[in-house]
Amino acid sequence: MSSLPPFQRFLDEHRADVWRFLVAGVGAAEAEDCFQETFLAALRAYPRVRPDSNLRAWVLTIAHRKVLDAHRARGRRPLPVPDIAERQGAQAPGPGPDGAGPGPDGPWPGPDGELWAAVGSLPPKQRAAVLLRCAGDLSHSQVSAALGCSEEAARRSFHEGLKRLREVYVT
Amino acid sequence: MTDLESKLRGLVRTGPEDASAGAARRTLDRAVSEGLADVCYASLDSPLGPLLAATTRRGVVQLAYEDGQRDALLERLAARLSPRVIESSAPMDDLRRQLEEYFAGERRQFQLELDWELTSSFGRRVLGHTARVPYGQVITYGEVAQRAGSPRGARAAGNALGANPMPIIVPCHRVLRTGGDLGGYGGGLSRKLYLLELEGSLLSC
Repeated sequence: MSSLPPFQRFLDEHRADVWRFLVAGVGAAEAEDCFQETFLAALRAYPRVRPDSNLRAWVLTIAHRKVLDAHRARGRRPLPVPDIAERQGAQAPGPGPDGAGPGPDGPWPGPDGELWAAVGSLPPKQRAAVLLRCAGDLSHSQVSAALGCSEEAARRSFHEGLKRLREVYVT
Repeated sequence: MTDLESKLRGLVRTGPEDASAGAARRTLDRAVSEGLADVCYASLDSPLGPLLAATTRRGVVQLAYEDGQRDALLERLAARLSPRVIESSAPMDDLRRQLEEYFAGERRQFQLELDWELTSSFGRRVLGHTARVPYGQVITYGEVAQRAGSPRGARAAGNALGANPMPIIVPCHRVLRTGGDLGGYGGGLSRKLYLLELEGSLLSC
């Protein structure tokens, strides 16, 4: 019978991917908090995971939930008045119904910096679908489980996200 | 797959600088302080090569000669105890200090909480009696078997000693064959010899 790898190995194998997924989701400043919450939640639940599960999909799903939590917390946090005015002035690409965050803090140095920034500018559902599907290598049904929507809706968010990326980012 | 999709797939690997090592370290520190780790492990230096030490909430559960078998040892801990196995040297401070003192010849007895989870009940009896053999003294397999309540079980006692999950701390190196022959040792006879020399027991046998 196969058994779960020691948690340390699981962490070492997936931490870089989770880190970048979180930076894309909440920005570098909040990534550390989300990272800690993600892996602590994973550690709590770890013994109950089936050994044949896709651990990468599992941990990215948890990371995605922490991203949503962070956006919700940010939405509730009182903001100084000028900030609110700024936010209202800057609608596009705009906060979605479940509270979009500002995405990454800016373009990264390196060849993919612009693409990275473009992903960060997507509405939350599309960004999550694109990141989970491409960066996280999840199937549409795994993405739908992570997003809590139908597989059809996950597929749609992914393709809408890709379409939008093609508009703002020319390969 | 489109060009854009394949670029996106590569994004996670080429994206922002990976600062996850430090974040992982801090996450694990929190996990330990919140009591979420079932098994902690660390690699400890020794004159006999690196030792893999593991602790549970109850105490030291394993001390093993690594000999390149680190991954296999950790897998075994995950399978037999709990998959919540993380690297953390903080719970190992006492053990590390006592081992240093022992190898420096300054400590004759270990004072540590032990977790016997990795031993059978017979193994535990054998190892329990072995742990009472004082520093610098030796005993035979037959004597240990007798003390463990199995007078004709010298071979079974030998097997239990061979499966000792905590060599050095539980001094199975102090068990020899009748007549002074060294017998066996899980970590190799040269190590048994080293430990017996360290304790000054070789002249007496």
